Amino acid sequence: MRLALDIITVVLVSAGGFFFMAGTIGLLRFPDTLTRLHALTKVDNLGLGLIVFGLLPQVESRLGALKLIAIWLLVQMSGAIVSQLIAQAVRRSGRQT
Amino acid sequence: MTITDFLLLAAAFVLLMVAIGLARILYGPADVDRILSVQLIGSGGVAVLLLLSVGMNLAPIMDVALMLGLLATFLAVTFLRDEANSSSISPSTTEER
Amino acid sequence: MTLIFACEVVLAGLLLAIATWTIVARTAFAAIVLFMVYGLLLAIVWVALSAVDVALTEAAIGGGVTSMLLMGAATRLRAPKTPVADVGLPLKIAAGLLCALVTTVLGAVVFFLPDVAPTLAPLAKDNLAASGLGNPVAAVLFVFRALDTLLEKVVLLLALVGVWSLASDEAWGGVPGLPVYARPGPILVFLAQILPPIGIIVGIYMFWAGATQPGGAFQGGTILAAVWLLTMMARLQDLPAINARWLRLLLVVGPTAFLAIGLAGFFIADSFLAYPPGIAKPLIIVVEATLTLSIGVTLALLVAGPPERLPQR
Repeated sequence: MRLALDIITVVLVSAGGFFFMAGTIGLLRFPDTLTRLHALTKVDNLGLGLIVFGLLPQVESRLGALKLIAIWLLVQMSGAIVSQLIAQAVRRSGRQT
Repeated sequence: MTITDFLLLAAAFVLLMVAIGLARILYGPADVDRILSVQLIGSGGVAVLLLLSVGMNLAPIMDVALMLGLLATFLAVTFLRDEANSSSISPSTTEER
Repeated sequence: MTLIFACEVVLAGLLLAIATWTIVARTAFAAIVLFMVYGLLLAIVWVALSAVDVALTEAAIGGGVTSMLLMGAATRLRAPKTPVADVGLPLKIAAGLLCALVTTVLGAVVFFLPDVAPTLAPLAKDNLAASGLGNPVAAVLFVFRALDTLLEKVVLLLALVGVWSLASDEAWGGVPGLPVYARPGPILVFLAQILPPIGIIVGIYMFWAGATQPGGAFQGGTILAAVWLLTMMARLQDLPAINARWLRLLLVVGPTAFLAIGLAGFFIADSFLAYPPGIAKPLIIVVEATLTLSIGVTLALLVAGPPERLPQR
Protein backbone atom coordinates (compact mmCIF):
# COMPACT_ATOMS: atom_id res chain seq x y z
CA MET A 1 0.00 0.00 0.00
CA ARG A 2 2.78 2.32 0.91
CA LEU A 3 4.55 1.56 -2.34
CA ALA A 4 1.43 2.22 -4.39
CA LEU A 5 0.96 5.59 -2.70
CA ASP A 6 4.58 6.47 -3.27
CA ILE A 7 4.32 5.59 -6.94
CA ILE A 8 1.25 7.80 -7.29
CA THR A 9 3.13 10.62 -5.62
CA VAL A 10 6.16 10.25 -7.86
CA VAL A 11 4.06 10.14 -11.04
CA LEU A 12 1.84 13.10 -10.16
CA VAL A 13 4.60 15.32 -8.78
CA SER A 14 6.75 14.59 -11.82
CA ALA A 15 3.85 15.51 -14.09
CA GLY A 16 3.39 18.71 -12.14
CA GLY A 17 7.07 19.48 -12.46
CA PHE A 18 6.83 18.89 -16.18
CA PHE A 19 4.11 21.53 -16.43
CA PHE A 20 6.23 23.92 -14.42
CA MET A 21 9.00 23.40 -16.93
CA ALA A 22 6.58 23.88 -19.82
CA GLY A 23 5.25 27.07 -18.29
CA THR A 24 8.73 28.46 -17.72
CA ILE A 25 9.82 27.65 -21.24
CA GLY A 26 6.64 29.27 -22.51
CA LEU A 27 7.32 32.34 -20.41
CA LEU A 28 10.76 32.71 -21.91
CA ARG A 29 10.16 31.67 -25.50
CA PHE A 30 6.70 32.86 -26.48
CA PRO A 31 6.70 36.00 -28.58
CA ASP A 32 4.05 38.08 -26.89
CA THR A 33 2.78 39.03 -23.45
CA LEU A 34 -0.60 37.41 -23.94
CA THR A 35 0.85 34.12 -25.10
CA ARG A 36 3.26 34.12 -22.18
CA LEU A 37 0.32 34.70 -19.87
CA HIS A 38 -1.37 31.66 -21.39
CA ALA A 39 1.69 29.56 -20.61
CA LEU A 40 1.71 30.80 -17.05
CA THR A 41 -1.88 29.85 -16.36
CA LYS A 42 -0.96 26.24 -17.06
CA VAL A 43 1.50 26.49 -14.22
CA ASP A 44 -1.16 27.69 -11.81
CA ASN A 45 -3.75 25.15 -12.82
CA LEU A 46 -1.99 21.97 -13.81
CA GLY A 47 1.47 22.38 -12.37
CA LEU A 48 0.41 23.23 -8.86
CA GLY A 49 -2.70 21.05 -9.05
CA LEU A 50 -0.80 17.90 -10.01
CA ILE A 51 1.78 18.56 -7.30
CA VAL A 52 -0.97 19.02 -4.73
CA PHE A 53 -2.69 15.81 -5.77
CA GLY A 54 0.65 14.06 -5.71
CA LEU A 55 1.25 15.25 -2.15
CA LEU A 56 -2.17 14.17 -0.91
CA PRO A 57 -1.19 10.50 -0.39
CA GLN A 58 1.78 11.59 1.71
CA VAL A 59 -0.10 13.74 4.19
CA GLU A 60 -1.22 11.98 7.35
CA SER A 61 -3.92 14.23 8.71
CA ARG A 62 -7.19 15.02 6.99
CA LEU A 63 -6.82 18.67 7.94
CA GLY A 64 -3.47 18.83 6.17
CA ALA A 65 -5.01 17.39 3.02
CA LEU A 66 -7.85 19.92 3.15
CA LYS A 67 -5.31 22.68 3.62
CA LEU A 68 -3.37 21.54 0.55
CA ILE A 69 -6.47 21.61 -1.62
CA ALA A 70 -7.58 24.93 -0.18
CA ILE A 71 -4.22 26.51 -0.96
CA TRP A 72 -4.39 25.19 -4.52
CA LEU A 73 -7.89 26.54 -5.02
CA LEU A 74 -6.88 29.91 -3.65
CA VAL A 75 -3.84 30.18 -5.92
CA GLN A 76 -5.90 29.05 -8.88
CA MET A 77 -8.70 31.53 -8.27
CA SER A 78 -6.47 34.50 -7.63
CA GLY A 79 -4.22 33.46 -10.51
CA ALA A 80 -7.18 33.40 -12.86
CA ILE A 81 -8.35 36.84 -11.77
CA VAL A 82 -4.89 38.38 -11.92
CA SER A 83 -4.42 36.91 -15.41
CA GLN A 84 -7.55 38.74 -16.50
CA LEU A 85 -6.19 41.94 -14.98
CA ILE A 86 -2.86 41.53 -16.73
CA ALA A 87 -4.57 40.87 -20.06
CA GLN A 88 -6.70 43.96 -19.51
CA ALA A 89 -3.59 46.02 -18.84
CA VAL A 90 -1.99 44.74 -22.04
CA ARG A 91 -5.13 45.54 -24.00
CA ARG A 92 -5.43 49.03 -22.59
CA SER A 93 -1.87 49.87 -23.39
CA GLY A 94 -2.67 49.21 -27.00
CA ARG A 95 -0.12 46.47 -27.63
CA GLN A 96 -2.29 43.81 -29.19
CA THR A 97 -1.12 40.39 -30.45
CA MET B 1 16.06 7.18 -3.09
CA THR B 2 13.32 7.57 -0.54
CA ILE B 3 10.15 9.46 -1.14
CA THR B 4 11.47 12.28 1.05
CA ASP B 5 14.52 12.67 -1.14
CA PHE B 6 12.30 12.69 -4.21
CA LEU B 7 10.09 15.44 -2.78
CA LEU B 8 13.08 17.59 -1.87
CA LEU B 9 14.52 17.03 -5.34
CA ALA B 10 11.19 18.04 -6.88
CA ALA B 11 11.23 21.21 -4.76
CA ALA B 12 14.72 22.02 -6.02
CA PHE B 13 13.59 21.39 -9.59
CA VAL B 14 10.60 23.72 -9.33
CA LEU B 15 12.81 26.33 -7.71
CA LEU B 16 15.23 26.02 -10.60
CA MET B 17 12.37 26.51 -13.07
CA VAL B 18 11.26 29.62 -11.23
CA ALA B 19 14.82 30.94 -11.23
CA ILE B 20 15.05 30.44 -14.99
CA GLY B 21 11.69 32.12 -15.43
CA LEU B 22 13.04 35.18 -13.67
CA ALA B 23 14.97 35.95 -16.83
CA ARG B 24 11.74 37.46 -18.05
CA ILE B 25 12.37 40.31 -15.63
CA LEU B 26 15.60 40.95 -17.49
CA TYR B 27 14.26 40.68 -21.02
CA GLY B 28 10.60 41.62 -20.72
CA PRO B 29 10.16 44.55 -23.00
CA ALA B 30 7.39 46.05 -20.92
CA ASP B 31 6.65 46.22 -17.21
CA VAL B 32 3.68 43.92 -17.74
CA ASP B 33 6.04 41.12 -18.63
CA ARG B 34 7.85 41.59 -15.35
CA ILE B 35 4.57 41.18 -13.53
CA LEU B 36 4.32 37.75 -15.17
CA SER B 37 7.41 36.76 -13.23
CA VAL B 38 5.64 37.84 -10.05
CA GLN B 39 2.88 35.40 -10.94
CA LEU B 40 5.40 32.65 -11.60
CA ILE B 41 7.21 33.05 -8.35
CA GLY B 42 3.88 33.13 -6.57
CA SER B 43 2.71 29.78 -7.92
CA GLY B 44 6.19 28.29 -8.03
CA GLY B 45 7.02 29.43 -4.53
CA VAL B 46 3.81 27.89 -3.23
CA ALA B 47 4.67 24.61 -4.97
CA VAL B 48 8.20 24.62 -3.53
CA LEU B 49 6.92 25.32 -0.03
CA LEU B 50 4.24 22.63 -0.21
CA LEU B 51 6.81 20.10 -1.39
CA LEU B 52 9.18 21.16 1.40
CA SER B 53 6.38 20.95 3.95
CA VAL B 54 5.62 17.33 3.15
CA GLY B 55 9.24 16.46 2.44
CA MET B 56 10.57 17.88 5.72
CA ASN B 57 7.40 16.77 7.54
CA LEU B 58 6.84 20.22 8.99
CA ALA B 59 3.17 21.09 8.61
CA PRO B 60 3.52 24.83 9.50
CA ILE B 61 5.38 25.40 6.23
CA MET B 62 1.99 25.15 4.54
CA ASP B 63 1.07 28.36 6.35
CA VAL B 64 4.02 30.06 4.68
CA ALA B 65 2.67 28.80 1.34
CA LEU B 66 -0.76 30.21 2.21
CA MET B 67 0.70 33.58 3.05
CA LEU B 68 2.80 33.58 -0.11
CA GLY B 69 -0.24 32.80 -2.24
CA LEU B 70 -2.21 35.70 -0.79
CA LEU B 71 0.65 38.15 -0.93
CA ALA B 72 1.67 37.35 -4.52
CA THR B 73 -1.86 38.19 -5.63
CA PHE B 74 -1.85 41.34 -3.63
CA LEU B 75 1.53 42.42 -5.00
CA ALA B 76 0.45 41.72 -8.58
CA VAL B 77 -2.51 44.05 -8.08
CA THR B 78 -0.18 46.71 -6.66
CA PHE B 79 2.30 46.40 -9.50
CA LEU B 80 -0.49 46.62 -12.07
CA ARG B 81 -1.74 49.85 -10.60
CA ASP B 82 0.63 52.09 -12.51
CA GLU B 83 0.01 50.20 -15.72
CA ALA B 84 -3.71 50.64 -15.34
CA ASN B 85 -3.52 54.28 -14.35
CA SER B 86 -1.14 55.42 -17.06
CA SER B 87 -2.70 53.58 -19.97
CA SER B 88 -4.25 55.51 -22.79
CA ILE B 89 -7.96 56.18 -22.70
CA SER B 90 -9.76 53.50 -24.67
CA PRO B 91 -13.48 53.27 -25.37
CA SER B 92 -15.87 50.91 -23.69
CA THR B 93 -13.72 47.84 -24.44
CA THR B 94 -12.62 47.85 -20.82
CA GLU B 95 -16.13 47.29 -19.56
CA GLU B 96 -17.09 44.43 -21.85
CA ARG B 97 -17.55 40.98 -20.36
CA MET C 1 23.47 14.40 2.40
CA THR C 2 25.33 15.85 -0.54
CA LEU C 3 22.00 16.33 -2.33
CA ILE C 4 20.81 18.68 0.39
CA PHE C 5 24.14 20.45 0.38
CA ALA C 6 24.02 20.92 -3.38
CA CYS C 7 20.52 22.37 -3.13
CA GLU C 8 21.62 24.77 -0.41
CA VAL C 9 24.59 25.91 -2.47
CA VAL C 10 22.31 26.53 -5.45
CA LEU C 11 19.88 28.44 -3.25
CA ALA C 12 22.65 30.59 -1.81
CA GLY C 13 24.05 31.27 -5.28
CA LEU C 14 20.61 32.22 -6.53
CA LEU C 15 20.17 34.60 -3.61
CA LEU C 16 23.47 36.30 -4.37
CA ALA C 17 22.60 36.54 -8.06
CA ILE C 18 19.22 38.13 -7.36
CA ALA C 19 20.74 40.56 -4.87
CA THR C 20 23.39 41.68 -7.36
CA TRP C 21 20.81 41.93 -10.10
CA THR C 22 18.57 44.08 -7.92
CA ILE C 23 21.34 46.62 -7.59
CA VAL C 24 22.25 46.73 -11.27
CA ALA C 25 18.69 46.69 -12.60
CA ARG C 26 18.05 49.46 -15.08
CA THR C 27 14.59 50.58 -14.05
CA ALA C 28 13.10 51.11 -10.61
CA PHE C 29 10.23 48.78 -11.47
CA ALA C 30 12.52 45.89 -12.33
CA ALA C 31 14.50 46.49 -9.15
CA ILE C 32 11.35 46.40 -7.01
CA VAL C 33 10.17 43.16 -8.62
CA LEU C 34 13.61 41.66 -8.01
CA PHE C 35 13.58 42.85 -4.42
CA MET C 36 10.26 41.13 -3.92
CA VAL C 37 11.69 37.95 -5.44
CA TYR C 38 14.66 38.28 -3.10
CA GLY C 39 12.37 38.50 -0.10
CA LEU C 40 10.45 35.41 -1.15
CA LEU C 41 13.64 33.45 -1.85
CA LEU C 42 14.87 34.42 1.59
CA ALA C 43 11.63 33.06 3.04
CA ILE C 44 12.37 29.74 1.35
CA VAL C 45 15.86 29.82 2.86
CA TRP C 46 14.38 30.32 6.32
CA VAL C 47 12.08 27.38 5.69
CA ALA C 48 15.06 25.26 4.67
CA LEU C 49 16.65 26.23 8.01
CA SER C 50 13.42 25.17 9.79
CA ALA C 51 12.80 28.71 11.06
CA VAL C 52 9.15 28.88 10.05
CA ASP C 53 8.18 31.91 12.16
CA VAL C 54 10.93 33.93 10.55
CA ALA C 55 9.91 32.63 7.11
CA LEU C 56 6.32 33.79 7.69
CA THR C 57 7.46 37.25 8.70
CA GLU C 58 9.99 37.47 5.87
CA ALA C 59 7.39 36.55 3.27
CA ALA C 60 4.92 39.00 4.77
CA ILE C 61 7.16 41.98 5.43
CA GLY C 62 10.17 41.52 3.18
CA GLY C 63 8.20 40.20 0.26
CA GLY C 64 4.95 42.01 0.80
CA VAL C 65 4.87 45.25 2.71
CA THR C 66 8.32 46.50 1.74
CA SER C 67 7.62 45.91 -1.94
CA MET C 68 4.39 47.86 -1.59
CA LEU C 69 6.22 50.72 0.11
CA LEU C 70 8.86 50.77 -2.62
CA MET C 71 6.19 50.67 -5.33
CA GLY C 72 4.46 53.66 -3.80
CA ALA C 73 7.76 55.52 -3.68
CA ALA C 74 8.51 54.64 -7.32
CA THR C 75 5.07 55.88 -8.34
CA ARG C 76 5.64 59.22 -6.67
CA LEU C 77 9.09 59.50 -8.21
CA ARG C 78 7.76 58.94 -11.69
CA ALA C 79 6.38 62.45 -11.80
CA PRO C 80 8.88 64.46 -9.82
CA LYS C 81 7.72 67.89 -8.90
CA THR C 82 11.18 69.24 -8.15
CA PRO C 83 14.26 68.33 -10.18
CA VAL C 84 16.26 65.57 -8.51
CA ALA C 85 19.82 66.66 -7.76
CA ASP C 86 22.57 64.27 -8.76
CA VAL C 87 24.68 62.77 -5.99
CA GLY C 88 28.27 63.97 -6.03
CA LEU C 89 31.28 61.66 -6.31
CA PRO C 90 32.56 62.12 -2.71
CA LEU C 91 29.21 60.91 -1.38
CA LYS C 92 29.31 57.87 -3.62
CA ILE C 93 32.83 57.02 -2.45
CA ALA C 94 31.78 57.44 1.18
CA ALA C 95 28.79 55.14 0.65
CA GLY C 96 31.01 52.56 -1.02
CA LEU C 97 33.50 52.67 1.85
CA LEU C 98 30.72 52.27 4.40
CA CYS C 99 29.34 49.24 2.56
CA ALA C 100 32.82 47.72 2.34
CA LEU C 101 33.35 48.28 6.05
CA VAL C 102 30.05 46.62 7.00
CA THR C 103 30.78 43.69 4.70
CA THR C 104 34.25 43.21 6.17
CA VAL C 105 32.98 43.28 9.72
CA LEU C 106 30.17 40.81 8.91
CA GLY C 107 32.59 38.53 7.11
CA ALA C 108 35.01 38.62 10.01
CA VAL C 109 32.23 37.80 12.47
CA VAL C 110 31.07 34.84 10.38
CA PHE C 111 34.64 33.66 10.00
CA PHE C 112 35.35 33.71 13.71
CA LEU C 113 32.07 32.20 14.89
CA PRO C 114 32.53 30.00 17.97
CA ASP C 115 32.15 26.29 17.39
CA VAL C 116 29.29 25.98 19.83
CA ALA C 117 26.92 28.85 19.31
CA PRO C 118 25.96 30.57 22.58
CA THR C 119 22.24 30.15 22.78
CA LEU C 120 19.41 30.33 25.28
CA ALA C 121 17.19 28.07 23.19
CA PRO C 122 17.41 25.01 25.48
CA LEU C 123 16.58 27.21 28.47
CA ALA C 124 13.58 28.63 26.66
CA LYS C 125 12.40 25.18 25.69
CA ASP C 126 12.70 23.91 29.26
CA ASN C 127 10.59 26.71 30.64
CA LEU C 128 8.02 26.59 27.85
CA ALA C 129 5.52 24.57 29.86
CA ALA C 130 5.41 27.20 32.59
CA SER C 131 4.25 29.81 30.12
CA GLY C 132 1.29 27.76 28.92
CA LEU C 133 2.14 28.30 25.27
CA GLY C 134 3.18 25.69 22.73
CA ASN C 135 5.20 27.86 20.38
CA PRO C 136 8.65 28.69 21.78
CA VAL C 137 8.90 31.82 19.63
CA ALA C 138 5.65 33.14 21.06
CA ALA C 139 6.90 32.33 24.54
CA VAL C 140 10.09 34.32 23.94
CA LEU C 141 8.13 37.22 22.47
CA PHE C 142 5.45 37.52 25.12
CA VAL C 143 6.80 35.91 28.26
CA PHE C 144 10.57 35.87 28.46
CA ARG C 145 11.29 39.07 26.52
CA ALA C 146 7.93 40.77 26.67
CA LEU C 147 9.52 44.15 27.29
CA ASP C 148 11.27 44.05 23.92
CA THR C 149 8.02 43.21 22.15
CA LEU C 150 6.18 46.03 23.90
CA LEU C 151 8.86 48.50 22.91
CA GLU C 152 8.79 47.24 19.31
CA LYS C 153 5.08 47.87 19.08
CA VAL C 154 5.55 51.39 20.39
CA VAL C 155 8.37 51.95 17.90
CA LEU C 156 5.99 50.85 15.12
CA LEU C 157 3.56 53.55 16.20
CA LEU C 158 6.36 56.10 16.36
CA ALA C 159 7.36 55.16 12.80
CA LEU C 160 3.80 55.85 11.71
CA VAL C 161 3.84 59.23 13.41
CA GLY C 162 7.13 59.90 11.64
CA VAL C 163 5.55 59.10 8.28
CA TRP C 164 2.60 61.34 9.08
CA SER C 165 4.90 64.19 10.00
CA LEU C 166 5.97 64.35 6.34
CA ALA C 167 2.63 65.91 5.51
CA SER C 168 2.38 69.57 4.67
CA ASP C 169 0.82 71.77 7.33
CA GLU C 170 -2.43 72.28 5.41
CA ALA C 171 -2.99 68.55 4.93
CA TRP C 172 -2.40 67.52 8.53
CA GLY C 173 -5.22 65.35 9.76
CA GLY C 174 -6.31 64.62 6.24
CA VAL C 175 -6.48 61.63 3.97
CA PRO C 176 -3.32 59.71 3.00
CA GLY C 177 -2.28 59.82 -0.59
CA LEU C 178 -2.14 56.10 -1.35
CA PRO C 179 -2.12 55.73 -5.12
CA VAL C 180 -5.31 53.95 -6.10
CA TYR C 181 -6.76 52.66 -9.32
CA ALA C 182 -8.16 55.54 -11.33
CA ARG C 183 -10.84 53.43 -12.98
CA PRO C 184 -11.20 50.08 -11.20
CA GLY C 185 -12.79 47.62 -13.62
CA PRO C 186 -15.33 44.99 -12.60
CA ILE C 187 -12.66 42.28 -12.46
CA LEU C 188 -10.61 44.15 -9.91
CA VAL C 189 -13.71 44.95 -7.91
CA PHE C 190 -14.59 41.26 -7.89
CA LEU C 191 -11.15 40.36 -6.59
CA ALA C 192 -11.36 43.05 -3.93
CA GLN C 193 -14.70 41.65 -2.82
CA ILE C 194 -13.73 38.01 -2.69
CA LEU C 195 -10.24 38.20 -1.23
CA PRO C 196 -10.82 40.21 1.99
CA PRO C 197 -13.10 37.64 3.66
CA ILE C 198 -10.51 34.95 2.91
CA GLY C 199 -7.77 37.27 4.13
CA ILE C 200 -9.58 38.02 7.37
CA ILE C 201 -10.06 34.33 8.09
CA VAL C 202 -6.43 33.57 7.27
CA GLY C 203 -5.25 36.52 9.35
CA ILE C 204 -7.24 35.45 12.39
CA TYR C 205 -6.09 31.86 11.87
CA MET C 206 -2.43 32.91 11.77
CA PHE C 207 -2.76 34.91 14.98
CA TRP C 208 -4.68 32.14 16.72
CA ALA C 209 -2.34 29.39 15.60
CA GLY C 210 0.64 31.43 16.76
CA ALA C 211 0.15 30.25 20.31
CA THR C 212 1.04 26.66 19.53
CA GLN C 213 2.72 26.69 16.11
CA PRO C 214 4.49 29.25 13.95
CA GLY C 215 2.44 32.36 13.45
CA GLY C 216 1.42 35.20 15.66
CA ALA C 217 0.07 38.71 15.82
CA PHE C 218 2.55 40.21 13.39
CA GLN C 219 1.93 37.77 10.57
CA GLY C 220 -1.84 37.88 11.04
CA GLY C 221 -1.79 41.66 11.18
CA THR C 222 0.15 41.87 7.94
CA ILE C 223 -2.51 39.90 6.08
CA LEU C 224 -5.23 42.11 7.52
CA ALA C 225 -3.28 45.17 6.37
CA ALA C 226 -2.86 43.70 2.89
CA VAL C 227 -6.55 43.00 2.30
CA TRP C 228 -7.56 46.38 3.70
CA LEU C 229 -5.14 48.07 1.31
CA LEU C 230 -6.59 45.97 -1.51
CA THR C 231 -10.11 47.24 -0.87
CA MET C 232 -8.82 50.79 -0.70
CA MET C 233 -6.85 50.44 -3.92
CA ALA C 234 -9.92 49.07 -5.71
CA ARG C 235 -11.88 52.03 -4.32
CA LEU C 236 -14.38 49.89 -2.53
CA GLN C 237 -13.51 51.88 0.57
CA ASP C 238 -12.21 55.39 0.98
CA LEU C 239 -8.98 56.06 2.74
CA PRO C 240 -9.73 57.27 6.23
CA ALA C 241 -8.68 60.68 7.47
CA ILE C 242 -5.88 60.18 9.95
CA ASN C 243 -7.61 62.18 12.65
CA ALA C 244 -10.62 59.87 12.63
CA ARG C 245 -11.28 58.73 16.16
CA TRP C 246 -11.94 55.09 15.35
CA LEU C 247 -8.69 54.91 13.46
CA ARG C 248 -6.63 56.30 16.30
CA LEU C 249 -8.39 53.97 18.74
CA LEU C 250 -7.54 50.93 16.64
CA LEU C 251 -3.93 52.06 16.38
CA VAL C 252 -3.36 52.29 20.10
CA VAL C 253 -5.57 49.51 21.42
CA GLY C 254 -2.85 46.91 20.96
CA PRO C 255 0.08 48.62 22.70
CA THR C 256 -2.30 49.98 25.34
CA ALA C 257 -3.65 46.54 26.21
CA PHE C 258 -0.13 45.21 26.33
CA LEU C 259 0.99 48.03 28.59
CA ALA C 260 -2.08 47.72 30.81
CA ILE C 261 -1.55 44.01 31.35
CA GLY C 262 2.10 44.70 31.98
CA LEU C 263 1.28 47.27 34.64
CA ALA C 264 -1.31 44.95 36.14
CA GLY C 265 1.56 42.55 36.61
CA PHE C 266 2.63 44.74 39.53
CA PHE C 267 -0.55 43.84 41.38
CA ILE C 268 -1.50 40.35 40.30
CA ALA C 269 1.95 38.89 39.80
CA ASP C 270 5.53 39.63 40.74
CA SER C 271 6.57 42.52 38.55
CA PHE C 272 6.05 44.46 35.37
CA LEU C 273 4.95 42.19 32.50
CA ALA C 274 4.81 39.16 34.77
CA TYR C 275 1.79 36.90 34.42
CA PRO C 276 0.03 35.13 37.28
CA PRO C 277 0.38 31.38 36.86
CA GLY C 278 -2.60 29.73 35.23
CA ILE C 279 -4.07 32.68 33.35
CA ALA C 280 -0.93 33.53 31.44
CA LYS C 281 -2.21 32.07 28.17
CA PRO C 282 -5.59 33.88 28.12
CA LEU C 283 -3.87 37.16 28.92
CA ILE C 284 -1.35 36.64 26.14
CA ILE C 285 -4.16 35.75 23.71
CA VAL C 286 -5.95 38.99 24.57
CA VAL C 287 -2.75 40.97 24.03
CA GLU C 288 -2.06 39.22 20.73
CA ALA C 289 -5.64 39.76 19.49
CA THR C 290 -5.53 43.49 20.10
CA LEU C 291 -2.01 43.65 18.71
CA THR C 292 -3.11 41.93 15.50
CA LEU C 293 -5.68 44.67 14.95
CA SER C 294 -3.27 47.46 15.76
CA ILE C 295 -0.43 46.05 13.70
CA GLY C 296 -2.78 45.57 10.73
CA VAL C 297 -3.97 49.15 10.84
CA THR C 298 -0.47 50.51 11.50
CA LEU C 299 1.12 48.66 8.60
CA ALA C 300 -1.66 49.65 6.21
CA LEU C 301 -1.30 53.30 7.18
CA LEU C 302 2.49 53.09 6.86
CA VAL C 303 2.06 51.98 3.27
CA ALA C 304 -0.66 54.56 2.64
CA GLY C 305 1.75 57.31 3.46
CA PRO C 306 1.44 60.82 4.82
CA PRO C 307 -1.84 62.71 4.46
CA GLU C 308 -2.05 64.73 1.30
CA ARG C 309 -5.50 66.24 1.18
CA LEU C 310 -8.26 67.16 3.53
CA PRO C 311 -11.32 64.94 3.55
CA GLN C 312 -14.30 66.16 1.61
CA ARG C 313 -16.97 67.14 4.08
